[in-house]
Amino acid sequence: MFILDNDKRNKMKGIKSKKEKKKQKKAEKHSKLIGRRDLLKGLATIPVLGIFAYGIYRRRKLESIYRNNLLEELNLGPAPVPLLRQVNKEKVIRLGIIGFGIRGRHLLRAAGFAEPRWIDDNIAAAKNDRFNTSYDDYMNQEDLNAVVSGICDIFDIHAEEALLAGANIHRVGSEGKAGIKPKRFLNYKDLVSSPEIDAVIIATPDHWHAPIAIEAAKNGKHVYCEKPMTWAVNETYDLVRTVKENNIAFQLGHQGIQNEFCSAAKKIIEENILGNISLVELTTNRNSPNGAWVYAIHPDADPVNIDWEQFIGQAPYHKFSLERFFRWRCWWDYGLGISGDLMTHEYDLINQLMGIGIPHSAVSSGGIYYFKDGRTVPDVIQTTLEYPERDLTLLYSATLSNEVHRGTLIMGHDASMEINGGLKVKVEPNSTRFKEKIEKGKIDPGVPIYNYIPGKNNIDGIVSPTEQYFAQRGLLYTYRNGQRIDTTFLHIKEWIDCIRTNAKTSCNIDKGFEEAITAHMSAISYREGRKVYWDKDRQKII
Amino acid sequence: MTGRSSVPLLGTSQLIILVTLRVFIGWHFLYEGIVKFLNPGWTSFEYLMDSKGLFPGIFQSMAANADILNIVDFLNIWGLILIGLGLIMGIFTKFSGICGIILLSFYYLSHPPFLGLNYIIPQEGNYLIVNKTLIEILALAVLTIFPTGKIIGLDRIISRLR
Repeated sequence: MFILDNDKRNKMKGIKSKKEKKKQKKAEKHSKLIGRRDLLKGLATIPVLGIFAYGIYRRRKLESIYRNNLLEELNLGPAPVPLLRQVNKEKVIRLGIIGFGIRGRHLLRAAGFAEPRWIDDNIAAAKNDRFNTSYDDYMNQEDLNAVVSGICDIFDIHAEEALLAGANIHRVGSEGKAGIKPKRFLNYKDLVSSPEIDAVIIATPDHWHAPIAIEAAKNGKHVYCEKPMTWAVNETYDLVRTVKENNIAFQLGHQGIQNEFCSAAKKIIEENILGNISLVELTTNRNSPNGAWVYAIHPDADPVNIDWEQFIGQAPYHKFSLERFFRWRCWWDYGLGISGDLMTHEYDLINQLMGIGIPHSAVSSGGIYYFKDGRTVPDVIQTTLEYPERDLTLLYSATLSNEVHRGTLIMGHDASMEINGGLKVKVEPNSTRFKEKIEKGKIDPGVPIYNYIPGKNNIDGIVSPTEQYFAQRGLLYTYRNGQRIDTTFLHIKEWIDCIRTNAKTSCNIDKGFEEAITAHMSAISYREGRKVYWDKDRQKII
Repeated sequence: MTGRSSVPLLGTSQLIILVTLRVFIGWHFLYEGIVKFLNPGWTSFEYLMDSKGLFPGIFQSMAANADILNIVDFLNIWGLILIGLGLIMGIFTKFSGICGIILLSFYYLSHPPFLGLNYIIPQEGNYLIVNKTLIEILALAVLTIFPTGKIIGLDRIISRLR
C-alpha cells in the first residue's frame, strides 16, 4: 500500500518540458492530499490517549478522597513548619560560657562563635566531600547580635580554645582576622557576677548545673543550661525558686521541640485525632563507644592544667582521674546516666507535645551489660512512668549496644503517631471515631492519613516507597540545597529572643522542674531497686 | 524495506505486534512522566543519591547541585511525557525512540544490577546485569529499526504534508 506512493514519485523523475512540469506539479499536489485511509491509520492510536487520561482521572479522584478527608479530619494546613521569628536585635547580648567540652563547642557555634580550627576542618571536609555542607550551613546561620564576653573552663587547653572561638567574630579560619578575645575566668562565680555579662551558657558536667545556674540567677543573669537540669533532687527546688524570684530567661537544653514536625504533632494531639492515648513508647538506641560516653582523653591533659578540686565540687571526693574528667557521664558521682542524659530528651518532647508533667510513679530496671569498663551507670535501662489520672503509661527503653532506630510511638484508640525522623499517623482498624469512614472506604487503615517527611512540602499519605526509605534512614533532604537548620541554633536563638522580648522559652523552668524530677525518679528507682512515687501534695519523691 | 522511504515492509501480524509494543512502551513512559508531573514534591534527588556502579560520582553531583537537580528533574519529567506521547501517537517516532534509549541508558547506568551492589531503593525483582530497563532499551532499539509511525501513526500524515 505504501509502495504505491513511491511508484508515483518514480514516474515523475527525469527532465520535463514546461507543460510536463505543470502536469507534474499538479500531480504532486494531488499526491499530498491525505486520503481517508491515511487519516484512519495516522490517528489509529490516538484513542489510547483517551483511555490513558481516564485512568489518570480515576487515580487522581481516589487520591483526592484520601487527601480531602485527611485535611478535613486534621484541620491542618499544608505548611506545618513554623517560620523563624524576627525580633528587634538592636541590643547586643553579652554571653559567658562555662564549660567548653563537646557540647559547649556546639552551643557556642550555635550562638555564632565557631573555633577557627573548626572552620578550617569543615572547609577541608567540604572540599573532600561535596555532600558535607556543615561549613555552608554555619556561614548561613543567622547572626544573633551577641558577643562572647567571658569564658570559664577548668581545663587550660579547652579554655584557650574557648577564647579563640569567642574572638572569632568574623567566622573565619585560623588564618583569618580575629576580634578581641573574651576574658577568661578561673572560677564560675567570678564569671556570673561580672557586670560585663548578660547571659550564661552552662555546659558543665551534671553535678555543676544547678550550683552554677543558681548563682547566675542570683546575679540576674539569663541562663541556658544543659540537661539534665539538676544532679541532686534538693537543688532542683532551689534552682526553680531562684530562677522565678529573679525573673530571668531560662532555657533547658532540650532542643528536640525545635524540630519542624513538632507544631504539626502538637496540633494532631490537640485535635484528639489519636483518641484516648493509653501507651507511649520512647526509645534510645546507640552502639558506639562515643554514644556510650567513652570520649577521647586529651593527650596533653594532666593535673597541672586541670583544676581537679573545682571539678569535684559537690561530688564525692576521688583522686585525680583523666577517665573520670573526660568520661564523667559513666559515673553517678557526676551525672544521671541514661535517665538524665537521654531519657530526658525523649520525655521532654512528649511533655511539650502532651503536657503530661511528673508521673505518679516510676519503675526502672537494667544493668551494665556491654560496657564493663568500670562505670557505675547502666548501659541498658527500661523505665515505666505511670500516669493513672490520665490512664496513661509511658515506657522508656534504651540500650547503648544496638542502634536499631525504634523511634517514638504514641498509641491511641483511634490512631497511632510515629515520630521517627518524620511524623506518621495511621488510623486504627478498630477505631471508634473513624469507624464510619473506614467502612465507607474513605480511610484505609493501611495508608497513613498523615505522613510528614522533613523538607517535603506535601503532607498526605501518598508517599512513594523511595521517599519512605530515605526518610527512615535520615538521608532525605539532609543535603538538599545545603540548607538544614541546626535545632541547637534554634533553641539558642529562642532563648536570646526571649531575653530581648521578655517572652517565655519553650523549655522553661517549669518544664525543667518536671524533667529533673522525672529523671531523678527513673535513676532512684534503678539505683534503689524499688518503685518510687511522686507525692503531688508535698511535692516530694517518696 | 524500500531504499527510499525508510518505511519497513511488514506483514499484518508483524505490524500489529510492533505497533502494540510501541504504544505500550509509550504508555509506560507517559505514566511515569505524568505521575512525577502531578506530584509537586517529586524530585530525582534520592534516586540520584542512591547511584552506584560505574559512575556514581556523576549522578550524585547532579543531585548535590540544586540548579542542576532542577534541570534534571525538568528534563526527566518532560522527556518522559514527550517520549511517551511520541510513541503512542506515532509522531517523530524514530526520534522519540532514540531519546527513550538515551534516557533509559541513564537509568541503567546510574543503577546497574551488578553483582555486589546493594541499593537502598527497593527493587521488585531479581536481576543480574540484565534488568527490565535494559530490556526496554532493546525493545526501543527494535522500534527504531522498524519504525511504524509512518504506517500507523501521525508520522504518516506528516510525511504526506511534506
